[in-house]
Amino acid sequence: MLGYLLRRLTILLATLLAASLVVFVVLQALPGDPAALILGTGAREDTLAALRHQLGLDAPLWWRYATWIGGLSVGDLGTSFTYHVPVAELVRQRVLVSLPLAAFAIALSTLIAIPVGVAAAARRGGAVDTGVMGVAQIGVALPNFWLGLLLILLFAIRLPWLPASGFPGWDAGAWAGFRALILPAVALALPQAAILARVTRAAVIDTLGEDFVRTARAKGLTRRAALWRHAVPNALIPVVTLIGLQFSFLLAGTVIIENVFTLPGLGRLVFQAIAQRDLIVVQDLVVLLAGSVIIVNFIVDLVAAWIDPRLRRVGA
Amino acid sequence: MLEVKDLGVALTMGGQSVPVLSGVSFVLDRGHSVGLVGESGSGKSMTALAIMGLLPPGARVSGRIVLDGRDLLALPEREMCAVRGRRIGMVFQEPMTALNPLQPIGAQVAEPLRVHFSVTRGQANARAKRLLERVGLGKISPHRYPHQLSGGQRQRVVIAAALACEPDFLVADEPTTALDVTVQAQILALLAELAAETGMGLLLITHDLGVVSQTVADVLVMYAGRVVERGPTAGVFGAMAHPYTHALFAARPSESGGRPVAIAGQVPDPLYRPPGCAFAPRCARVRDVCATMPPLIGVGAHACACFNPRIAA
Ligand SMILES: Nc1ncnc2c1ncn2[C@@H]1O[C@H](COP(=O)(O)OP(=O)(O)OP(=O)(O)O)[C@@H](O)[C@H]1O
Ligand SMILES: [Mg+2]
Repeated sequence: MLGYLLRRLTILLATLLAASLVVFVVLQALPGDPAALILGTGAREDTLAALRHQLGLDAPLWWRYATWIGGLSVGDLGTSFTYHVPVAELVRQRVLVSLPLAAFAIALSTLIAIPVGVAAAARRGGAVDTGVMGVAQIGVALPNFWLGLLLILLFAIRLPWLPASGFPGWDAGAWAGFRALILPAVALALPQAAILARVTRAAVIDTLGEDFVRTARAKGLTRRAALWRHAVPNALIPVVTLIGLQFSFLLAGTVIIENVFTLPGLGRLVFQAIAQRDLIVVQDLVVLLAGSVIIVNFIVDLVAAWIDPRLRRVGA
Repeated sequence: MLEVKDLGVALTMGGQSVPVLSGVSFVLDRGHSVGLVGESGSGKSMTALAIMGLLPPGARVSGRIVLDGRDLLALPEREMCAVRGRRIGMVFQEPMTALNPLQPIGAQVAEPLRVHFSVTRGQANARAKRLLERVGLGKISPHRYPHQLSGGQRQRVVIAAALACEPDFLVADEPTTALDVTVQAQILALLAELAAETGMGLLLITHDLGVVSQTVADVLVMYAGRVVERGPTAGVFGAMAHPYTHALFAARPSESGGRPVAIAGQVPDPLYRPPGCAFAPRCARVRDVCATMPPLIGVGAHACACFNPRIAA
């Protein structure tokens, strides 16, 4: 187990290093002047020079890379050029919104999708299956900003139950913060649930046809018991893998929903940093997001190995 | 007593109802053994699945399957669940896929106990351990997973699970087909031994006549969904009558190293069975009358469905 963890950790660090190198090369080392990129064409030469100095661009490339990575390794992500605050602080605030939002949306999506997908598979071809999969088909096709706006109209304006937008911050109390995340989480969760339900259904239909399900029935298990004890657990690997992918996406790929609900999340930070050419922020975020994807994958692997003994390697 | 009377099964294929089994009848007593032989596609598994009430969705069944006076085909699903695994156990052809890959073998052997009896987990596990010992897996931990076992070991696990509740009857559908020859003999010996020890009735399905001749008291030869010859094993092998039985016998792999003679042609698809005797297109002794269905008739227990049987061996 220890050896396995160490191996995974090494891979994680190597991948992060590779990601950092790629983003650094693309943004800073390729021909082109980051200062000119930031200030745009028509900037005066002395302004450019001052900016270059401020950004440390007058130092050699390897030195710039080394100081950036050195800083990253001790949690110093540098200072944002547009916000004039430490990037670490910026990221911390955004993560406090994006992480709970993603977790909330994924929990919601999973809670909806798995029972629905299993029920549809168990009654394959029946009315429940056809109905559920029809709704899921629509769910997959719905743009989530439209869903967001619809939710605001219904549950914030028509029925004034929930805030329409904005995030009060966790300082305003856990409940106030949570309330602000309900509608965006629902808007994110429903389309994800539609996809997840379809994958669950397909996976369960596959395992229902397996010999061991028939063995279970021959032992005297009811159809229902054979479904939940044998078919569903064996269908979980693709489902868990998809949940991991969706979670990674939800961490920073939600700029549209963050805009609809004016939430200060990671997605908007990425978007703004790119729009304003805040290079250091872009660099940091790319590495952090790559890291989070790798960590999520690692957790998915652990869960998969916990489910399926065949995936536990020797000594793991 | 397990009595199969005039069993017929029709499957729905492409919206069409296709008969795959008709007129199958036999009796299996406790302490008794019946063998079902025939080529692939002759309807052996369908017979087994009909007895277990596990036919594929859309299957239509006719006839009766009577277990101690109750017609299983008329039982509500709830009561049928109480029969499966408890009164009738089943062993399947493919040991590689018949076990749940996610569960330790001990739990899979204990599962029928937990379904049919109100036992604690501890009691069920203790009994599972004894069952594993009984089928020759005493050295293997119940905490092992199926993928850590060989095919023969897995089949032993399946047998242990099928026997967990001491059923009165065991249906073994080609239990050794997927295994190595040496392992086949061991598994068959184990089944025969367990049957003798527990007094359960054994329905042994196989396409290997050699297996049947050594293991069971009565034999039914099936072809294209019908019984073409049946009787006491010694009687049938002593005086084979149906040309199909002869062909099957010639095609069996023999230990003496004699070359098996494959039966020319194939089992007809259930969609395109000829009228009359289904073996006629492959039969060297075919006559005009074979275009009508030959009845299963005979002297005493040995019966044959053929208009032109080959009596002298
Ligand atoms: N699920 C199914 N759907 C449609 N037809 C089927 C199905 N299973 C079996 N059949 C058909 O039913 C007939 C009888 O099949 P069965 O499985 O009982 O044969 P078998 O004697 O057990 O052969 P094998 O030695 O290959 O196991 C065959 O013609 C087969 O094609
Ligand atoms: Mg079969």
